[in-house]
Amino acid sequence: MADQAKFAEQAMPLMDSLYSGAMRMTRNPADAEDLVQETYLRAYRGFGGFQEGTNLKAWLFRILTNTYINSYRAKQRRPEQTELDEVEDLFLYRRLGGVEAARLSRSAEDELMDTFSEAEVKAAVEDLPENFRMAVLLADVEGFSYKEIAEILEIPIGTVMSRLHRGRKALQARLFDYAVSHGLADRPSEPVPAVPATER
Amino acid sequence: MAECNETLRELYQFLDGELTDADRHHIQQHLDDCSPCLAAFDFEAELRLVVRNRCVDTVPDALRDRIARAIEEAG
Repeated sequence: MADQAKFAEQAMPLMDSLYSGAMRMTRNPADAEDLVQETYLRAYRGFGGFQEGTNLKAWLFRILTNTYINSYRAKQRRPEQTELDEVEDLFLYRRLGGVEAARLSRSAEDELMDTFSEAEVKAAVEDLPENFRMAVLLADVEGFSYKEIAEILEIPIGTVMSRLHRGRKALQARLFDYAVSHGLADRPSEPVPAVPATER
Repeated sequence: MAECNETLRELYQFLDGELTDADRHHIQQHLDDCSPCLAAFDFEAELRLVVRNRCVDTVPDALRDRIARAIEEAG
């Protein structure tokens, strides 16, 4: 049984995370603001049901996700993309990992990663179909465990893992498009070695 | 080679911190001996950091104030 007086102290510092999550879900600032505000009010009213000692951020994300699904998804302005780019494992590494070994120095991995701008990474995440976007967001950005994600999204752990697997590959396919536009790689799809061939 | 395939298959579970200590140790040992696998793991770990660090938005002050006020009023 949590004390409502503690809510502000504990929950307010997590607001940037919740807002970032809301931005990736709704993909526009106006809806993200409304969603976060509604989430905090619901959380405040329900704070008595929060079990102290458990993960408050996970609890807040569960409310955020439910609120998004129930109130905001229906009025999304952008049509939902349903197709997923199906590519092989280690898609990006197999295309770009070798670039750095062949053309650039060891420290160039940072350089390679630096070429992805904030806007590009956000767009790559936001372009993922919703089921996959939610899983990738909760795992890769927020760092929740499979079990926590399963609870937040109310799906089995096996489903979490398969959505993560496919979502991450699709994310890499989008990032690869940006790498190509930065001149770091050629347009697909020349043959790629089956095994990472990096020698340092 | 079989070892490499097995290691790469568990790459994400490793990075996600979802392996048992024994499995984790097993992979760590392989990575110590296999620079191609290590390079792949490094790449994915680095990419994860980039995604995490780039997907950050800061709450507008006006929203923070509005929520603080709304909670006070609801209290």
